[in-house]
Amino acid sequence: MTGPPARRRLPALRAPAWLGAPVRRLVSAVAVLWAAATTAYAALLLAPGDTVDILVGDGADTPEIRAQIVAEWGLDRPEAVRYLSYLGRLLHGDLGRSYQLQRDVGEVLAGQVGPTVRLTLAAAAVGVVLALVLAVATAGRSVWPRRIVSAAELVAVSVPQFVIGIVLLFVFSFSLGWFPVSGAADPQALVLPALALGLPVAGVLGQVLREGLERALEQPFAVTARSRGLSERAVVARHALRHALLPAVTLTGWFTGVLLGGAVITEALFGRPGLGRVTMQAVSAKDMPVVMAVVILSAAVYVTISALLDLAYRLIDPRLRSA
Amino acid sequence: MTELAIIRAHSAPDPAAAAPPLVAVEDLRVSFPASGVEAVRGVSLSIAPGECVALVGESGSGKSVTARALIGLAGPGAKVRASAFRVGGGDALTFGPREWRRLRGRFAGLVLQDALVSLDPLRTVGAEITEVLAEHDVVPRQARPERVRSLLEAVGIPDPEVRARQHPHQLSGGLRQRALIASAIAAEPELIIADEPTTALDVTVQAQILRLLADRKAAGTALLMISHDLAVVAAVADRVLVMKEGLVVEEGPARDVLTAPRHDYTRALLAAVPSALQPSTSGPSVSPAPSASAAPSASAVPSASAVPSASAVPSASAVPRRPDRSHGAAPRGPVLAAGGLSVAYGSRRAVDDVSFRLHAGETLGVVGESGSGKTTLARLALGLLAPDAGEVTLRGGPWSGLPERRRRPLRPAVQVIAQNPLDSFDPRHTVDRLVADPLFALPRRRRRERAIELLGRVGLPPELLGRRPRELSGGQRQRVAIARALAFRPEVLICDEPVSALDVSIQAQVLDLLAEIQAEDGTALLFISHDLGVVRHLSDRVLVMKDGRVVEEGDAGEVFHHPRHPYTRELLAAVPRLPE
Repeated sequence: MTGPPARRRLPALRAPAWLGAPVRRLVSAVAVLWAAATTAYAALLLAPGDTVDILVGDGADTPEIRAQIVAEWGLDRPEAVRYLSYLGRLLHGDLGRSYQLQRDVGEVLAGQVGPTVRLTLAAAAVGVVLALVLAVATAGRSVWPRRIVSAAELVAVSVPQFVIGIVLLFVFSFSLGWFPVSGAADPQALVLPALALGLPVAGVLGQVLREGLERALEQPFAVTARSRGLSERAVVARHALRHALLPAVTLTGWFTGVLLGGAVITEALFGRPGLGRVTMQAVSAKDMPVVMAVVILSAAVYVTISALLDLAYRLIDPRLRSA
Repeated sequence: MTELAIIRAHSAPDPAAAAPPLVAVEDLRVSFPASGVEAVRGVSLSIAPGECVALVGESGSGKSVTARALIGLAGPGAKVRASAFRVGGGDALTFGPREWRRLRGRFAGLVLQDALVSLDPLRTVGAEITEVLAEHDVVPRQARPERVRSLLEAVGIPDPEVRARQHPHQLSGGLRQRALIASAIAAEPELIIADEPTTALDVTVQAQILRLLADRKAAGTALLMISHDLAVVAAVADRVLVMKEGLVVEEGPARDVLTAPRHDYTRALLAAVPSALQPSTSGPSVSPAPSASAAPSASAVPSASAVPSASAVPSASAVPRRPDRSHGAAPRGPVLAAGGLSVAYGSRRAVDDVSFRLHAGETLGVVGESGSGKTTLARLALGLLAPDAGEVTLRGGPWSGLPERRRRPLRPAVQVIAQNPLDSFDPRHTVDRLVADPLFALPRRRRRERAIELLGRVGLPPELLGRRPRELSGGQRQRVAIARALAFRPEVLICDEPVSALDVSIQAQVLDLLAEIQAEDGTALLFISHDLGVVRHLSDRVLVMKDGRVVEEGDAGEVFHHPRHPYTRELLAAVPRLPE
């Protein structure tokens, strides 16, 4: 073999080809996390006013706390050292300290992760299950059910989550009294928030799945499958669905964002504990260390999800495995 | 329009007449009320056990819809009617979904065109075949892997255990078509419906698949073969039905229909097939006589025959001609020449030490199967790909070696016509814009005049200027592509499979148009095709490519009549032939 054919390409900023796909994946994941950490740090530096004032926020402003901040953030040392020690701290899993709450940020967030994970997973389940059921039931079927479901999906997508939440609260809690109005004590309290958060996801995912199913059902392989005597349901379940999943999987990254962002509002609306509520409180109290930690944590969640998506793609589409 | 008379040839006493036919349908009509299309308008057809019946016709003739209606798969929203309709011993007029499903796969297997998309690309070949075995409970579960293995073996796939675990994209075109056939015959159907089963294949692979289908027929399976290619049909069919606009216009024993056609349309179809073995004539050649019956499709678009034929194009005097190069000061060397061209993709050499010379007014044909490096060669000639070794020169000066900034002013001289203009045209542009874009130097009014002139040269009326690519027929699109290339007054036209996507009659018209333009302008053609007949028809000289190398080169007549290289002989032997 002579020279590599890639030599004619413009030099691009990407990992060289000899690195395997998983290694490249890891490198880019680390790069994203580093960028998120640095962005959070830059926000701290660029915010108007003295860095110590910003880190104190609306908390108690005593000379002891100020001295503590200067020591912990290395504010008496050169810029480069400060930045590197900040990154080093993060590498050790230390997210810093909230001077308002007088607790470690890691500790503050850890207590809130559970309820938020429960809420987002439940909402994701609502979204995926509803979308699958509706798409499979209406793809390529008669016009009217398809139109009605399609319109319902459009409504679910376009109405903000808090409006859906308020409507759900009015109907099922205040009027019917089926579910508790707030709190996270019993599993029943999870139902309405999960619906409020998951319905918009179901709307978009349903549209995408149905479109994918309908496209797959027109493909020659679907004709071949029917020519073997398969029922329409079997053609959908065994052939078309897998093809329809590919574009839906792409959307998973997007709806992770919707769920995380939506959790802030939904938790506040339903009076649930969780990361969303902590974030909201931190933002309104200008508790910068907590806000920075939330930024980095969200980036970590995104990176993990997108790595999993990559894996899912390869599982679903064998053509990507050999490529 | 007037109904076309059905001509039935007298057939010899049918040996299979004793057994009841597998399929017998009278006056089959299939319409699609949603789009108002009547795809099949009264077809009668019967298939005896062990018989091979062929349905031939051009795209839009209704042949596929007819065949699929026989297994209840005419398509969503199709309305199927018939005065009598018996399939597999039952009255199909009374069939519900359950009865159809029992017949599909078990009574009749379907083989479609391209196994890359006709087998589920996300599932293994073995899973696809197992699906048939399971659906009809052909063998018990534990015996299925063994049955898959023996089926793959029966269709001539080596290493069946390995192949069963692979996905369609991991198999070559020929192997996956065999796998598709294996899945169609898994439940031992009495009838195989093969819809263009070899159209996506190279000629040598096509010959193998046709042999495989002939073997199945010899084993007693009836075959309904749908094809646009009369020569392919000639290889296997007992009886031929010629379809046009949803009707059967001629029917009879294959030999009679193909050697002594009675209907004008059959004659036109046969005449339009370019042959690899017959020398091209210098005259008006392959186009069938423009007759009302040669209208190629029932689509809403005005068909090509409604368009002034290529010979009615304004004569050369009306079209501003490029200065005659023969009187120019330039020496009469080759317009485009290549020496020692090599390109590698990774470790694979796509083009390996290829040289050629192309003179003004000359056509150099390039033939080869898929993967032989034809398209890479086209990209090199166009200056779109830099060779790893060797050089392309234009008019004796540098071409491939130039930096793009200095090559751009020269690009008008070398133009391309691609296989599928739908892919190479911006779908949102009108014909006016597509053709006139290269003329940006002209003032607006002059540009439109020139666009109309160019359309005239390719035999299209000015009314098409406002149309978009999707609103044109295949032949019209390819004519627009030629008009666009001519706008630059090119010296070299690189034609990469320019007629492969077209029906034979349209194909013939486009080939004639290219020959005519060449005669008028002295344009040099680099003509690339997998179809030996098409290349034979147009070329002065021919390069035969295999695995990136030129294995044979020479005068077209010489290469086709006295091939020296074994591969050329193999290619020529594999070309399906019409009976003499």
